[in-house]
Amino acid sequence: MKSVKNHLSLVIALLSIIFSMQVFLIVDRSIEAYKVNLASSYSIIAVSKKQINSTDILKINKIISHVQELSPDSVIKRLSSDMKNTNVELLKLTLPKFYKLTLAYYPTPQEIKELKSNLFENNSITKVEDFSHTHDTTYKLLLLFKNVVSLFALVVVVVTVLLIFKELRIWQYKHNERMTIMGLFGAALWLRSAVLFRLAIVDALVASFLAFGTFLYLSLHPWVKEQFDSIGINIVIFNPVDDFLAILGVAISISIILATLIVLGHKEEA
Amino acid sequence: MNKVIIAKELSLSYSNNETIINKANFSISSGSFVFITGASGSGKSTLLKSLFGALKPKQGSLVVGGVELNGVSRSKLNLLRRHIGIVFQDYKLIKEWTIDKNIMLPLLINGYVKSVANAQVDKLLKHVRLNHQSGKYPLELSGGEQQRVAMARALSHNPILILADEPTGNLDDYSSQLIWNLLEGANSQLKTTVIVVTHHIPKTITTDYKHFHIEYGSINEIR
Repeated sequence: MKSVKNHLSLVIALLSIIFSMQVFLIVDRSIEAYKVNLASSYSIIAVSKKQINSTDILKINKIISHVQELSPDSVIKRLSSDMKNTNVELLKLTLPKFYKLTLAYYPTPQEIKELKSNLFENNSITKVEDFSHTHDTTYKLLLLFKNVVSLFALVVVVVTVLLIFKELRIWQYKHNERMTIMGLFGAALWLRSAVLFRLAIVDALVASFLAFGTFLYLSLHPWVKEQFDSIGINIVIFNPVDDFLAILGVAISISIILATLIVLGHKEEA
Repeated sequence: MNKVIIAKELSLSYSNNETIINKANFSISSGSFVFITGASGSGKSTLLKSLFGALKPKQGSLVVGGVELNGVSRSKLNLLRRHIGIVFQDYKLIKEWTIDKNIMLPLLINGYVKSVANAQVDKLLKHVRLNHQSGKYPLELSGGEQQRVAMARALSHNPILILADEPTGNLDDYSSQLIWNLLEGANSQLKTTVIVVTHHIPKTITTDYKHFHIEYGSINEIR
């Protein structure tokens, strides 16, 4: 029972670090996926005095992924009821050209400014409508959400690391005696530390497998999928290979650092 | 006779710089049984600590088992300690290990095969009359029994030198006598050098022994 308790303290600390890391990853992926969605529905309208070749527009800035010339027919149709055909043809020639620019990804406000100034470098372009107010609000909201989650994850990690350091003192006290006794009989450093490293690695494995099970269950749970579907994004909540390896790497690294600090802080007494 | 310990102009002190042992010269032959006595705080335990390298000499030379301990590297010290058995007044047993594993510790450190180590542990448990306690943890045993476990551990790897720091200080007469018998047995049968720090030399000792007395920082051979 005592031994389980000893293991639990590090396992729980590791789990909270792993959870905050994985939650941060899920939020980051969600925001990126949401940005892709926004980018596909977001476009900029450029108005030109004369016709511009769409390949020339594409060359203006690499963020532009697609150019579509908007047909003036719907506008002309509304105006043409009281006009003669010749005047309609004249109007068609004198009307500016409208281009809808679709972007490769959801841009930052800075990238929109840059794109606008690039477009205005073409003398034919007279006006660019970037719908910046709506864009800025959405972008800032996403950024705020990401920052809040990052801050939350950071606070959890900091608090957990402080807890681990407290735990380290207890471990140091507990393992110091055994390491000293082994040292008295000439045990090499690796042998004196072996028990400690084995414990740390076992705890890291336990925490990693617990996190693996939890996130795999959550990623397959229909309710979780529904939540993501409802906001129109489809992301990998938990990749059983890549994410597990990342979790395992973090857990083992923290445990080994912890054990190393104990070994380095070990003072031999006789 | 080979000298297992040679001290020349040996001075010992702790970090506060107060000299405990001052320019001592002595030597101990291999296979001898030695008592070190002195008043409390005279430096008996300090001297013993220096013999297994837990306290580095402040000045002078201290050679144990052919290894100069003044400026010795950690790896050389480890190698030397693998040939020394140590017994403390407070036993220094690993509480979370069974007594069998505690006795096995020097054997594992010395790279003995598990089956050989197990056989040696069984033999030693019988030798210290604790075979009925096999598998128990130190805190389940009495003080006298724990000290017998510590003795078995010190003997397990057939060391060239046994260092004992007041090994019977906390024990009843029966356990004390058992410990002295074990120390005498190691010395007479295995020719192990035994150095015991104690307040009083027991009257029951039958072995021919040497006696050093520490007073005011100097070590005097009185027998």
